[in-house]
Amino acid sequence: MTGGSDEWWEGNAAVQVPAQVEYEKATSVEHALTLLTRYGPESRILAGGHSLIPMMKLRLAQPEMLIDINGLTELCYITLAGNQLRIGALTRHAQLLDSAVVGQYFAILHDAERVIADPIVRNWGTVGGSLCQADPSEDLSAAFAALKGTMVIQGPGGAREVAAREFHTGPYQTVVRPAEILIEVRLPIRAGGGSSYRKVARRAGDWPVGAVGAAVWLERDVVADVGIGLTALGARNFAAAEAEDYLRGRPATADNLDRAGQIAAENCRPVADQRGPADYKRHLARVLTARVLSEALSRAGG
Amino acid sequence: MKLTVTVNGTDHTREVEPRLLLIHFLRDGLGLTGSHWGCDTSNCGACVVWLDETPVKSCTVLAAMADGHRVRTVEGLADGGRLDPVQEGFTQCHGLQCGFCTPGMMLTARWLLDHNPSPSEAEVREAISGQICRCTGYENIVRSVLWASRNGG
Ligand SMILES: Cc1cc2nc3c(=O)[nH]c(=O)nc-3n(C[C@H](O)[C@H](O)[C@H](O)COP(=O)(O)OP(=O)(O)OC[C@H]3O[C@@H](n4cnc5c(N)ncnc54)[C@H](O)[C@@H]3O)c2cc1C
Ligand code: FES
Ligand code: FES
Repeated sequence: MTGGSDEWWEGNAAVQVPAQVEYEKATSVEHALTLLTRYGPESRILAGGHSLIPMMKLRLAQPEMLIDINGLTELCYITLAGNQLRIGALTRHAQLLDSAVVGQYFAILHDAERVIADPIVRNWGTVGGSLCQADPSEDLSAAFAALKGTMVIQGPGGAREVAAREFHTGPYQTVVRPAEILIEVRLPIRAGGGSSYRKVARRAGDWPVGAVGAAVWLERDVVADVGIGLTALGARNFAAAEAEDYLRGRPATADNLDRAGQIAAENCRPVADQRGPADYKRHLARVLTARVLSEALSRAGG
Repeated sequence: MKLTVTVNGTDHTREVEPRLLLIHFLRDGLGLTGSHWGCDTSNCGACVVWLDETPVKSCTVLAAMADGHRVRTVEGLADGGRLDPVQEGFTQCHGLQCGFCTPGMMLTARWLLDHNPSPSEAEVREAISGQICRCTGYENIVRSVLWASRNGG
């Protein structure tokens, strides 16, 4: 018997499988865009599939056409370009974690990748898929918000750039239009900074109860600039803008870091779920913000 | 759709529905029941196989995505009649009880040793951290992988 024959589907009614769908392999970004345009809003990009396929099993997503971009090796890269680090959308979590240049400039990304899912999921899940999935608990969304990255989105008419903090428009929603593809993330490299990411999860490999990342730049002992990203904590745009505003221009003392944590907690709106009550999450926003700021500062310089 | 997947070195061409998951293609399509199907939610790792050079959870990959690629399953671990050192390690160190998690564990272990021939205990634990064993408490699995690393990789 062949898996996938009519008898097989009938005999395995209890098996959790996606609904029927068409499938095509994209051979280039242009080809993927052509397919998206041809098949319309019911078509979806398939990257690692580690969010999309589970959603299809549960009928939370029911695309009519899958456009597989796994063959697009041209979207799989981490390169330095001037004062930017550029990460292709099809870069796997594991590649980000293995990259020495990522670790050199953005410790926050290695901190985050070490605790995103597990090594096997990281082998296949992609940076672009994580961002486009736009789960309100996605770790990389907070990390890129802290780093004030830029997303490059390609459509039939060309490419456009969107700030990381304007990329997500709500839970599971982004500015990427139906006929567009996220192709790259750009991160500005600025000397003298340090960064860090910490996550509290119920068990190894799980989604965060709450997580915070920060990047800080010092001038003498004063905070010249700072980025703070939060996830799973109901922060607007995955960022703690009010806490950043407070800290910028102030001395990097423990008291000021604590105060920034407090402000971050006051300005986010966590919701209670199976991972924890809202006030516990707010507590996490406060202490994790202070901790990542402190660790980022200890890594700053050079 | 028609697909061709090279499983353990042999090409298999089949007509399948695009929604077919890789784990079902392997087990029910090809009769390779060594890969197990557990949680179906990419949490347990019983379904881990290699897609080209990388271990993946095959309950969360479409067979269509393996079209034109290589898949390695537990059936492809032994070299003819000779067990892989990882398989030998699991026998030597009592690395399994019921055996449900074992194929996935061994494929991840093989990958780890290919990339890091002398892993520390912590590195072994990290490598298998996406895979669940309900029997052994992991202790003997870790010992089995370390045994393999000392005995031929
Ligand atoms: C067991 C498990 C545990 C996990 N734990 C965590 C965790 O702790 N923290 C965390 O942050 N994440 C976690 N994840 C999520 C994981 O990081 C992402 O879901 C996954 O990597 C998404 O990427 P993907 O390539 O699989 O995306 P896919 O599932 O292929 O795609 C997701 C969505 O994005 C769209 N899409 C993908 N790529 C593009 C693109 N280039 N342009 C436009 N649209 C695109 C797809 O159409 C789809 O709608 C976990 C996942 C699993 C399965
Ligand atoms: S069956 Fe695939 S991870 Fe559990
Ligand atoms: S030996 Fe039984 S689940 Fe691992």
